[in-house]
Amino acid sequence: MNATARPLDVPAMVKEAALTAFVVLMLTVILVGFELRDVPGAMALYTRIPDVVACVALAFAARIALVLLREGYRGAVIVGAAIVGLLLLIGLLPETLFGTEAAARTARRFMPFEAPVVQWCLFSVTVFLGLRAAIGRRRVRVAEIKEREAAADRMGARVQSIARYAGPILGFAAVAMPVAFRNDQQVMSVAILVMTYIMLGWGLNIVVGLAGLLDLGYVAFYAVGAYTFALLATTPDIQLSFWLSLPLAGLLAALVGVLLGFPVLRLRGDYLAIVTLGFGEIIRVVIQNWYGFTNGANGISGIPRPTLFGLSWDEEAAEGQIPFHKWVSDNLFPIDYTPTHEKIYLYYIILALALIVNWFALRARQMPIGRAWEALREDEIACRSLGINPTNTKLTAFGVGAMFGGFAGAFFSTSQGFVSPESFVFIESAIILAIVVLGGFGSQLGVVLAALLLIGLPEAFREVKDFRMLAFGLAMVGIMLWRPAGLLAHREPTVRLKPAAAGKAK
Amino acid sequence: MTPPLLEVDHLTIRFGGLVAVNDVSFAAQDRKITAVIGPNGAGKTTVFNCLTGFYKPTVGRMRLRHPATGREYLLERMEGFRIAAQARVARTFQNIRLFPKMTVLENLVVAQHNRLMRASGYTLLGLFGFSGYRKAEHAAIERARYWLERTELVDRADDAAESLPYGGQRRLEIARAMCTEPVMLCLDEPAAGLNPRESEALNSLLRFIRDEHKIGILLIEHDMSVVMEISDHIVVLDYGRKIADGTPAEIRSDPAVIRAYLGEPEEAA
Amino acid sequence: MQDSFSYFFNQLISGISLGFVYGLIAIGYTMVYGIVGMINFAHGEIFMIGAFVALIAYFIMEALGLGWVPVAILAMLLLSMVINGFYGWTLERVAYRPLRGSSRLAPLITAIGMSIFLQNYVQLLQGARPRPLQPMIPGGLELWTVKTPADTDYTVQVSYMELMIIVITIMLMVAFTYVITRTSLGRAQRACEQDQKMASLLGINVNRTIATTFVIAAVLAAVAGLIYTLRYGSIDFFIGFLAGVKAFTAAVLGGIGSLPGAMLGGVLIGLIETFFAGYAERGSEYKDVAVFTVLVVVLIFRPTGLLGKPDIEKV
Repeated sequence: MNATARPLDVPAMVKEAALTAFVVLMLTVILVGFELRDVPGAMALYTRIPDVVACVALAFAARIALVLLREGYRGAVIVGAAIVGLLLLIGLLPETLFGTEAAARTARRFMPFEAPVVQWCLFSVTVFLGLRAAIGRRRVRVAEIKEREAAADRMGARVQSIARYAGPILGFAAVAMPVAFRNDQQVMSVAILVMTYIMLGWGLNIVVGLAGLLDLGYVAFYAVGAYTFALLATTPDIQLSFWLSLPLAGLLAALVGVLLGFPVLRLRGDYLAIVTLGFGEIIRVVIQNWYGFTNGANGISGIPRPTLFGLSWDEEAAEGQIPFHKWVSDNLFPIDYTPTHEKIYLYYIILALALIVNWFALRARQMPIGRAWEALREDEIACRSLGINPTNTKLTAFGVGAMFGGFAGAFFSTSQGFVSPESFVFIESAIILAIVVLGGFGSQLGVVLAALLLIGLPEAFREVKDFRMLAFGLAMVGIMLWRPAGLLAHREPTVRLKPAAAGKAK
Repeated sequence: MTPPLLEVDHLTIRFGGLVAVNDVSFAAQDRKITAVIGPNGAGKTTVFNCLTGFYKPTVGRMRLRHPATGREYLLERMEGFRIAAQARVARTFQNIRLFPKMTVLENLVVAQHNRLMRASGYTLLGLFGFSGYRKAEHAAIERARYWLERTELVDRADDAAESLPYGGQRRLEIARAMCTEPVMLCLDEPAAGLNPRESEALNSLLRFIRDEHKIGILLIEHDMSVVMEISDHIVVLDYGRKIADGTPAEIRSDPAVIRAYLGEPEEAA
Repeated sequence: MQDSFSYFFNQLISGISLGFVYGLIAIGYTMVYGIVGMINFAHGEIFMIGAFVALIAYFIMEALGLGWVPVAILAMLLLSMVINGFYGWTLERVAYRPLRGSSRLAPLITAIGMSIFLQNYVQLLQGARPRPLQPMIPGGLELWTVKTPADTDYTVQVSYMELMIIVITIMLMVAFTYVITRTSLGRAQRACEQDQKMASLLGINVNRTIATTFVIAAVLAAVAGLIYTLRYGSIDFFIGFLAGVKAFTAAVLGGIGSLPGAMLGGVLIGLIETFFAGYAERGSEYKDVAVFTVLVVVLIFRPTGLLGKPDIEKV
């Protein structure tokens, strides 16, 4: 309960809180306090002063709460957070829960905020503080970076040992999942989306997590793969099928990766990041403006779906093809046509592709190339002194990562049936990087977790979707502040002299 | 007279206007320990960095001759990592450069990268479980074990390299360098920060390497007890120039060396 | 009717003022990189916030009846500089200071996260559509008259707005250079750039010096935002990203670590972009590619830029 070590210095606490509140006031008074809205013919200035007041008040209160936590007054913080949280909840929920005018009006009297983002922010902060008070230890200190990393590493190690069981279980769940949801097209679509990001995350993990090369333009390889298949499939004289195009897409993406990587891989971390960002943007803008070749901003449509040994997924097949449901009905047991069949097939394709990437990453760590990647990440100069060719090693990582990105891209274009440059903006690279970072560099399981959280959750809860990117950015910052090495980062050695109980690496 | 393992001819290294190494020539023999000493700033590490490919000389030649094959390598023309991979010159660093998050054993296995890469068919064969790679990896682990035993690090084999005490990290660096099966071993201040007992152990390790593995050792060192104890040949640098070259006994009494370290006696006023 | 010289001249002036925008942002990048060794990925968003604050400030002034141009611009300038200073300070304090001393990757990730956060923060608060501003400063300074053979004379002129931009920027640069080279703050900054531990042992408040650097960078970015708002008349939450990358290109081109280099690089990038858009076939569509290509080429062939110092790695 309350573990007070020394009396509370109230004036100092108030002063500290007042300063925080002042800073927040400065930050919010213009951008939150005023809004420029389009009215017919011009722009009008609206004020949202209550929101500013709320933010400032919250900042003041939050600061007080933090000081209280620091001094050990957990109980007071929990009570306060509960009260404020309840009030905010009343203000937030009636819109969705009750949906009547009366309820909404009552809520508005409590919470006269206009910008919903402000409400949600206040609510989240309150919940966060309350939880922190409830779960935290006696004194909340900000530990040194090294201590935090050590703590994260210990937790990561514990998770890794669970992961040996969790991995196959998750894998089984992933394979079995479509059976449970075989009639829910929506769920299958989300599953395909999440799995695609998992594959991209695992692919980028090889470049960033294993080799330590910060690539902010990974989406470029995704785009190359996607457009390669799109063009191969829709050009009248070629019309290559998905399965034949897949290796080509990967190869081309790998080639682009090597070409792009060759001049820049010797650059230091930050610079490499910006250059790869530049490459990503160059490729996107070129795709967007090269109407003759890529059809520019209109994109390429009419990309065919992959077939299963000639079985098509439409209800009525084109000539020379048998629809899947008809074949099964004729030969096995009667089933009806649903568009979900196609989704399930696509899901298994992306699952297989992702598992291939996963298998490669795990195996590569036990190969000299994987160890060289990790060594390069730790100290490039030492690698050179051991006779390791840094350029070739980096290019291999870059190229392999690019190839897997290309595979994912080809899948993307076939599953959508349509590609346009809008799908390949920088923010996608940032999202994939966020998934890798949040999960913990080099951790396969972490990538799955992060993808489920960052992609799956917003899809599941539509109301949150608007704030998805905001939460994204915040999550990236938060994870870095809390666990700079990522959620599940822990490095299992790939070879042991004395086989320990922990066993094989993940 | 057998030709020297390493011949450095008229080496000059200039950084912009600063002349770090000025027309230095010396030779290091195979199966001998050659020490390069001198006051701070004399250019010793610069010479090392040049030998191992981190700097390029402005003028000069560095010829390495493999005693077993007679093949010669012109180090000044070779790219950094090739000096280690082809000319088989290994080195340690003044500031210890291990792979901190990898285990002691992994550090030693990474050192055998090139051999293992070939055995794994440049990854492709190894990826699919080709037995040739597994055998090669096993051999690599045995070689690592051998050096772990020589450097008394066997018990720490599965610990992270950064968890070793300072002396252990220095020994690990030497073990790692030896795992590359070098023809010449370059050590940059291996005794720095070691207590007398550890220095003794270092001495016997270096003598063991010289006698049992029959390679040449080149070392930079400030610790005179180590230098005088184990060197067969000493080269003295001062302000980028070579001021003396000979056996420990000769160097000990060389007036130029004494002047460089202790300075001129003050003239009576 | 415009002939080729007049067109060229317009492009030139346009490129220079755009270059000033990039240069002001680039100085921020280079200052921060010099003192904490990280690329402040969110700096572009600070610029964008400055632009929004300036725009809103104008509407406030108008609403208050103080729409007279010089007063309005002064108010926009002051308000955006002050608010931006707070944003710069908060950014450093919240997102970067706790990570000082950790790996190189962590601050970059945080910076990207803050960049995404700030973009969406403004988008959610102010709407996703571009916000226009009516041109506020009509007219221009007549330079000279050109007589053409076809007997249709015209005058080449520089608009007052561009002139004002140039004057403001030059005055700012003079003041800024003074602060950096003559005051103790500048000395403290240079000390921190070289060796933070030593500087703190000598009594320099490293935290405060770093914080001040971020504040100055943000203030300069605010001025850039104001200029941008006046020149282009339309801003949206995404301008920070593009301007940020281009300004970073400018900083690299001029030489990371060199303040005059940052401004020089900015002007060069502004000119390159404007001339490319003005003269190359389909230039306006590919002008961003032109700038990104400059970035790639500079980093490959001359990473230290034009005025930067070569970085000798200690082995």
